[in-house]
Amino acid sequence: MEYSPVTPVLETKDITKTFPGTLANNKVSIHLNKGEVLALLGENGAGKTTLMNIIYGLYDADSGEFKLNGQPYKIRNPHDAIAAGIGMVHQHFMLVPVFSVVENIMLGAEVVNGPFLDKSRAREEIMALSDRYGLAVDPDAIVEDLPVGVQQRVEILKALFRDVKILILDEPTAVLTPQETNELFQIMHNLTESGVSIVFITHKLKEVLEIADRIVIMRRGEVVGETDPKQVTEHDLANLMVGRDVNLVVDKETAQPKDIKYEVKDLVVKDLLKGVVVDHVSFQVRAGEVLGIAGVQGNGQTELAEAITGLRKHDGGEVWIDGILMPQANPRALVEHGMAHIPEDRHKHGLILQYPLTDNFVLCSYYKEPYSSHGVRNEKAILDTSNELIKRFDVRTPSAFVQAGDLSGGNQQKVIVARELSREVKVVIANQPTRGLDVGSIEYIHKTLIRLRDEGVAVLVISSELDEIMAITDRIAVMYRGMIVDTVAAASTTREELGLLMAGSKH
Amino acid sequence: MEPKTPSQNNWFMIFWRAIRVPFLAILMSLVVGAVILIISGANPITAYVALFKGAFGNANYLKRTLEKTTPLVFSGLAVAFAFKAGLFNIGAQGQLLLGAIVSGFLGFAIKGLPPIIHIPLALIGGCVAGALYGAIPGLLRAYSGAHEVITSIMLNYIAINITDYLSDGPWKDVSGTNVIARLPMIENSAKIPYIGPVPVGFLIAILIAVVVWYILEKTNFGFEINSVGLNSHASRYAGMKTKLLITSAMVVGGLLAGFGGSVETLGVVGRFQPGFNVGIGFDGITVALLGRSSPFGVILSSLLLGALKGGANVMQFDAKVPHEIIDVIQGLMLFFVTADLVVRKFFRLKKDRGLEVHVAAGWGQK
Amino acid sequence: MTAAQSTLTVHQLRRPRWMVPAILTVVAIAIAIISYLLNPSVTEAVLGATIRFAVPLILGALCGIYCERAGIVNIGIEGQMLMAAFTAYMTNSWTGSLPLALLVGALTGALLGLFLAYISVALKLNQTIGGTVINILAVGITGFFYQVNTVTKGKFAPIPLGPLADIPLIGPVLFNNPPITYLTFLLVIITQIVFFHTRWGLRTRAVGEHPRAADTLGINVFKTRYVSTMIGGALAGLGGAFLTLEGVGLFERNMTNGRGFIALAVMIFGKWNPIGSMLAALLFGFTNAIQTQLQFMGINVPHQFIGMIPYALTIIVVSGFVGRSRPPAAEGTPYEKE
Repeated sequence: MEYSPVTPVLETKDITKTFPGTLANNKVSIHLNKGEVLALLGENGAGKTTLMNIIYGLYDADSGEFKLNGQPYKIRNPHDAIAAGIGMVHQHFMLVPVFSVVENIMLGAEVVNGPFLDKSRAREEIMALSDRYGLAVDPDAIVEDLPVGVQQRVEILKALFRDVKILILDEPTAVLTPQETNELFQIMHNLTESGVSIVFITHKLKEVLEIADRIVIMRRGEVVGETDPKQVTEHDLANLMVGRDVNLVVDKETAQPKDIKYEVKDLVVKDLLKGVVVDHVSFQVRAGEVLGIAGVQGNGQTELAEAITGLRKHDGGEVWIDGILMPQANPRALVEHGMAHIPEDRHKHGLILQYPLTDNFVLCSYYKEPYSSHGVRNEKAILDTSNELIKRFDVRTPSAFVQAGDLSGGNQQKVIVARELSREVKVVIANQPTRGLDVGSIEYIHKTLIRLRDEGVAVLVISSELDEIMAITDRIAVMYRGMIVDTVAAASTTREELGLLMAGSKH
Repeated sequence: MEPKTPSQNNWFMIFWRAIRVPFLAILMSLVVGAVILIISGANPITAYVALFKGAFGNANYLKRTLEKTTPLVFSGLAVAFAFKAGLFNIGAQGQLLLGAIVSGFLGFAIKGLPPIIHIPLALIGGCVAGALYGAIPGLLRAYSGAHEVITSIMLNYIAINITDYLSDGPWKDVSGTNVIARLPMIENSAKIPYIGPVPVGFLIAILIAVVVWYILEKTNFGFEINSVGLNSHASRYAGMKTKLLITSAMVVGGLLAGFGGSVETLGVVGRFQPGFNVGIGFDGITVALLGRSSPFGVILSSLLLGALKGGANVMQFDAKVPHEIIDVIQGLMLFFVTADLVVRKFFRLKKDRGLEVHVAAGWGQK
Repeated sequence: MTAAQSTLTVHQLRRPRWMVPAILTVVAIAIAIISYLLNPSVTEAVLGATIRFAVPLILGALCGIYCERAGIVNIGIEGQMLMAAFTAYMTNSWTGSLPLALLVGALTGALLGLFLAYISVALKLNQTIGGTVINILAVGITGFFYQVNTVTKGKFAPIPLGPLADIPLIGPVLFNNPPITYLTFLLVIITQIVFFHTRWGLRTRAVGEHPRAADTLGINVFKTRYVSTMIGGALAGLGGAFLTLEGVGLFERNMTNGRGFIALAVMIFGKWNPIGSMLAALLFGFTNAIQTQLQFMGINVPHQFIGMIPYALTIIVVSGFVGRSRPPAAEGTPYEKE
């Protein structure tokens, strides 16, 4: 990889940004050389996305400067950034779902013929870019119909359409299979060969070592290191990211599975817009084992989880807990029969953020003794239980009356875990349990799930993080396009094999 | 969140923090109202003085103020309860009309009953009518996602048509030489009495407000209603029957509005006549928002609005100011109280938690 | 070939959007022709009344479209119409100039639109409550300032469009109308073109569907919402001015009588689409026109029941009994930069 070390194509100096309560960026100074891939590595909350949003003009820095190609430059809004040749592909795509590919790409940089839009000329230009860089798309497709991998290509085309020189990719591989990730790396290679410089934000250590020319590590809003990928190991990087020695492997003994506690038979879920999203899925989980459901987001995992936890009706199939058939769309019945559910979206489903912790702790049990009798609430009993759970699960909060919305992500998850696991449970369904959490909280959750397994609970983990699946599960079922492609043993499988399954190939 | 210092935590400060935004909003609207009066050539001082005298000046004026306050408490509760569930019960007007006409009908059509039976019977009839009418937008919202604002506004107009028809048709007062479209006077046995200047209906209203407070704060049902209003997804996750709760909230709202219409008919007006009770349903919105959807807030703001309405006639007579200025002031109060930011910025206050109103945005058919 | 490359598109449930309205329109035209052959004068009267009732609904729906497509829910259309009806009427009474009165009406609507935009965008108030405030203020202010014996010199007269006005049936109905009516249909076509074939329209729709995406592309979300809401307000103002300057000819307290809310149903029925809304408005106008006609013909149904039809129809439409519809995705939610 050739790059000129003389004048960096982008430089930031002492960028500082505070949000109420947090110092998101603290005197951050980095530089990007022409034609290189710079990886910006850090755990969730380290400040990487904030920095990029500042560079892209979405946020204003409190202080600090930019230089482009050696010249000082002010970036006040995305308009300035785009004019400077900066493009960004966000973690959550910035595509208008009901618009077509062409409309999305030309939005804001429209091709016009007099006062009217010239869609055919735009289409031609887009297809030319698509061919040149190997980004195959159907220009008239409606974006919400497209799979996530294709949507990402549309995002990249959007940047190319505006003559991007500096491309920022924020966690692009979160939604890709390993094979698609390799394709993305190939595209990135094409781009750098033609002179584009890339900033690649991620928290995934393996990728960084594979694709980056240089690595900058951030932690708690500060730059804590800069290295050459050829000279470090994953372990070194992890330690830099977290600031202490990290154990990358979860300590666990071999599972001793017993009888079947949880069974899903032939489950079908249909969606009004998308058709069949869960297509005759069947699996079993035994007491004392962890079954993982792996797969790239968007292959039906969300709908599967909603159906088996009663949040959504299913259009066929059965759910059995401990030999008893469960009624449809009835979360309370599932809970009463021993299900615990750690939901994917803790703000939407898991907590009522405006309620104090007390009400959140009894969210699923408020109607029972001792928390109420004859319909009247017993506030003392609720408070006693809340205080006890706060202690037992080490929830960091000044009091039980704090609003749930005021807690950190990790502590919010602890509240949910405390609530769900303090009951007598037979099966735990954990959906993306460590998404958005810091390493300390991730370790805690993983330890807790393994402990439950060893106590005889059947544990189902749905996750799109391959590392997590491989670390804590005993068996892995891979989902693709609403079906279980295959189920393998965790101990004997490899990332490559899983990657192939996630992309739909069978053995 | 840091714990507050002792001086910030005493009883008065808690009360003040809860009340300061509505209080300041009312102040600001009175000021702007005064400006409008000056523009239209009137003297705001004499106007407001006459207003105050008309509201509380003597026993008769006080009686009228309390009479005006009573239906406002009910309709304010009808809107506030629905707000707690995240619903906007703009249909209180229609629910109130149906409650009023049904109780008015039961009041005159049934003869020979002692008051101790006749009054509750007529009241229950009105409550049931209101509850059923509130169920319609509730069911539609719960099961088809239709936004209750449009459906209830339409139902308001439909209610006017239905009551107009009944008053001019099958239930019309055909006694003597009457040609006006209205129902006959209710029997004496259906009239709600007074205790001195205080209408018993007012006392009933206060009692109902306390009951509503208890339900919302202390019961599981109230907990569920609050939950659905704050986060219907988490409520479903928790196993609550959200569709049933949404419907129930509108049914209760309708019941309360119907109750208010009945109390007004049986206690103050003495018969159902179209054209009376116009706007009480919408006043309920102002009252609920001024009172921050809390039952005690509703009582206080009903008294305020009742005083304004009670004193308006005297103000019109003494200071020659058209009584519609009250409507303008009311609109302003509504604006200022919901535009938290304006009031807070003006008086440099910090953000209050927990007292916001959560109403669904958009039309719900997504 | 990987999975991603093999599936470039997933087209499953997209039906052509024009089928149902097109079929209904053809059926309606057929009925109109048959009815004309049976009884020309009644048919003309009913169709003329249909258009007269439909015009404020169309304008109100267009207002709704401009606001909601940009992401602002406007339930204050009723109040905007009422205020504009009042100011247009008073201007007409003071100056005798109908064009000036029309302008004032449109301006009134635009100012209230600015007010709503301010409440929704800058103050980030709940838009439903914001709209209600406008409605309550409108009733109060127009009631307070209106004097009962105000008179005007008259209203807009029909302008026949030359030989076109002589064609049987469609001549008198379509080509012999007062100016605001012509303007309304012109605005429908303009709005359709603007929203779907111009740069401004693309950007405005993006702001209503995914404001953050628009923001990242350099589009000013706040300014777009202000502009669109003010244009919408001007259209609602036009609708109100129509009532006092062209339709009814005088002002009464609360004269809008729910038209602003029915306009919202018309907009939803028309799937946030100008032409669809126009067709829906004509349908509603028709049910209203039939009511008067039935009374003339002495049909013995209490008029209140016929009067209920538009309202009941609105409920049916909004409840999705005539098919689900998707509003602009980001409507009703204030846009936060961070």
